Amino acid sequence: MTTTTATPTGSTWGRIRSYAPTSRYLPVLTTLALLIGMFGVGGIRYDGFADPQVVLNLFVDNAFLIMLAVGMTFVILTGGIDLSVGSVVALSTVIAAWTLEHGWPPVAAALAVLVVGTLLGTVTGLVIHYFDIQPFIATLAGMFLARGLCFLISVESIPIHDKTFFDIAANQITLPGGYTITPTVIVAVVAVAIAAWVLARTRFGRTVYAIGGNEASAMLMGLPVARTKVAVYAISGFCASVGGLLFSLYMLSGYSLHAVGMELDAIAAVVIGGTLLTGGRGYVVGSMLGVLVLGTIQTFISFDGTLSSWWTKIAIGSLLLVFVVIQRVMTRRQP
Amino acid sequence: MTQMDVQAPDEGAPREQPDAVITMEDISIAFGGVQALDGVSLRLFPGEVHALMGENGAGKSTLIKALTGVYSIDSGRIVVGGEEHLFSTPAESLAAGISTVYQEVNLVPNLTVAENMFLGREPRRLGGIDSRAMNRQARATLQRLGIDVDPASVLGEHPIAVQQLVAIARAVDVECRVLILDEPTSSLDAGEAEKLFDVMRRLREQGVAILFVSHFLEQVYEVADRMTILRNGRLVEERLVKDTPRLQLVKLMIGRELETLERLEKETATSTDRAERPVLTAVGISRRGSLEATDLELYEGEVIGIAGLLGSGRTELARLLFGADTADHGELRVRSTKRRFRSPRHAIDRKIAFTSENRRAEGVVEDLTVADNMLLALQASRGWLRPIPQGTRARLVKEYMEALDIRPADPNALMRNLSGGNQQKVLLARWLMTQPEVLILDEPTRGIDIGAKAQIQQLVSDLSDRGLSVIFISAELEEVLRLADRLVVMRDRRKIDERHNAGVTVSDVMEIIAGEATAEAAVAEQEESRA
Repeated sequence: MTTTTATPTGSTWGRIRSYAPTSRYLPVLTTLALLIGMFGVGGIRYDGFADPQVVLNLFVDNAFLIMLAVGMTFVILTGGIDLSVGSVVALSTVIAAWTLEHGWPPVAAALAVLVVGTLLGTVTGLVIHYFDIQPFIATLAGMFLARGLCFLISVESIPIHDKTFFDIAANQITLPGGYTITPTVIVAVVAVAIAAWVLARTRFGRTVYAIGGNEASAMLMGLPVARTKVAVYAISGFCASVGGLLFSLYMLSGYSLHAVGMELDAIAAVVIGGTLLTGGRGYVVGSMLGVLVLGTIQTFISFDGTLSSWWTKIAIGSLLLVFVVIQRVMTRRQP
Repeated sequence: MTQMDVQAPDEGAPREQPDAVITMEDISIAFGGVQALDGVSLRLFPGEVHALMGENGAGKSTLIKALTGVYSIDSGRIVVGGEEHLFSTPAESLAAGISTVYQEVNLVPNLTVAENMFLGREPRRLGGIDSRAMNRQARATLQRLGIDVDPASVLGEHPIAVQQLVAIARAVDVECRVLILDEPTSSLDAGEAEKLFDVMRRLREQGVAILFVSHFLEQVYEVADRMTILRNGRLVEERLVKDTPRLQLVKLMIGRELETLERLEKETATSTDRAERPVLTAVGISRRGSLEATDLELYEGEVIGIAGLLGSGRTELARLLFGADTADHGELRVRSTKRRFRSPRHAIDRKIAFTSENRRAEGVVEDLTVADNMLLALQASRGWLRPIPQGTRARLVKEYMEALDIRPADPNALMRNLSGGNQQKVLLARWLMTQPEVLILDEPTRGIDIGAKAQIQQLVSDLSDRGLSVIFISAELEEVLRLADRLVVMRDRRKIDERHNAGVTVSDVMEIIAGEATAEAAVAEQEESRA
């Protein structure tokens, strides 16, 4: 910025001013602007709102939701939907708590959770692709199935007393400046980074977008449509089970009624993050920002103190509506 | 090969390239009891454009699908580059160097041009896709083909014609020896098709064998070197294009139905006496972004032919007249009463009927029977509470099936199983049942075979003799000139010419479209300088 060139054109400032973001990134940038705007308003209205720790706490409190949103982004990008993830989270917490209660080593418990979640996703994907069943119905079945399995294992809430789990849950990582995060945040952020790379830079990722753009064309172009479609549901199941592990660290219990309706929060986050529900357009980073927006709304309400927590739902509902309409308007403009 | 030589005329083989890249011999395919292909042979030489000709149902697409591995053959053999192949999936055919570009663009609109060209085989670096190298290679390929597109732009932002060219660029970039173009021009206008031909010629120079399927004879004569003609699943002949006069080709393709065409030719443009008042009048109707202020008067028993290129506003005008879109300005009069059509319902109530150019999406209901499809409009105009009695239904359907010669003559056949020509006839029947006074036909003969085309043209001319007023829109100028009493020429979303259709030739119309361009521009310039 210190370069003072004689010609005004071509200067850094000129380039910045004339910069127009590619329309592809516009939805994500909109979400980012919204997030920053919310923090601006919050910072002015409430003391301590604009503190970096508040931002970090968004990650801490929503790490599991970020995981779900990552998996959901893959699915929605292909034009599908996964309603089973909330139940898979609950199932994961129950499996983790139950196996630990029965003396499994923590690593085995975690592995069991991941295997079950991924397997459920894979089976759903196979059903969706090979029997040509609507993702909505197939994952709805998965949702009931996973929730039912929870009750089969235990009707009561099972507390987690395992030392390793306890240690990880209590562990605080101190960042420079005295701010703290939990290990779960690192898991979530790494997952976002990997997913973003996979979607943008691998053939698998491009195939995901291609299927969302036009599945029949993708097939005729010789892309591995079957494999990819099954894989996205497997990924969603895997992400949901990781989310379940993070959630059990957060709650330190396994309970069949955990995470009721969380799949809808994940879908809301993905849509607010700018991913088209019809598929083919969107970014994982956007979904993460979507989760943060949802988290910020909650923070708003807790900072205010006078508002009922139901205002969260009203705010999310309105935001969702606004974003879907914006998406509609933007896609309609294109020929 | 020796077997082939018996069938093909000797002068057919280009001397400089004696080896065919593809030889299909004695191919037969049957579906159920129906023999779709019966001992058909085809050979393709490197560096030639080979047209595959035939009516709908002649077996063109079946032959192509046998070559691309979509269908497996019952008997015969396919030799590609000297090796015998048995393709059972499209991927195998692709691996043998055979690429296909279909009528619809089979690309994904949400990714960039380069990504579309390289999907599934992107250049990689450090385990990830190297998008810079990809864009560079894409640009090189596009340049080689003379296609001027930014590889980093999103495909969906380009017009269909450009997308089609990108599809070809993708096809030839996969080390392709044979390129199959299945009706690539059906949605392109003349200029765009010309661009496509440029690309085809370049590829031919590079030694690619191109198999070209098109319904437009003009295009075949413009770009093809040789052709194979099929009829009813059998090989008729392989010929050089330059040695085959058009009339002979048409005879080879259809045989018998040609008489209908010729008969029609003789009774061209019988100028009807005008009734005093027009049936339908449009005064300065316009709609932002689709049509500029346009006047039109349609008299009883008259056929107005609208000529113009794709995007000239011809379809937009039709949609405004039918109320499918609403006009921003101007007024419509039906028998000199001012009307405002806010929806097609209002137009239908005033006895105006419209068949869309988009037969698939805006016309037929594929999963209903022929009878149900026919009765849709009549039932709608009666209202849902007054069902048509069974007897009347059966009588009406039978009557129209016979009158329009719809095949198969089975009212319970599913619409999706009918050929394009017969679907179009069902649509016509649908509207004729409502006894309209004005019939607006937008591209009624697009993508249907010559026989059915002739029948539909005959029908239009009969209907107008009986007093029906028709607006006939078509991209084929010959057809418009053959049927129209009055000719309206459109360009750039406005009417640029209107004249009595007496002694007007195709080249006259082309001159109007092209020549007036300069005159109009001059006028516009003057107006601008005055303002």
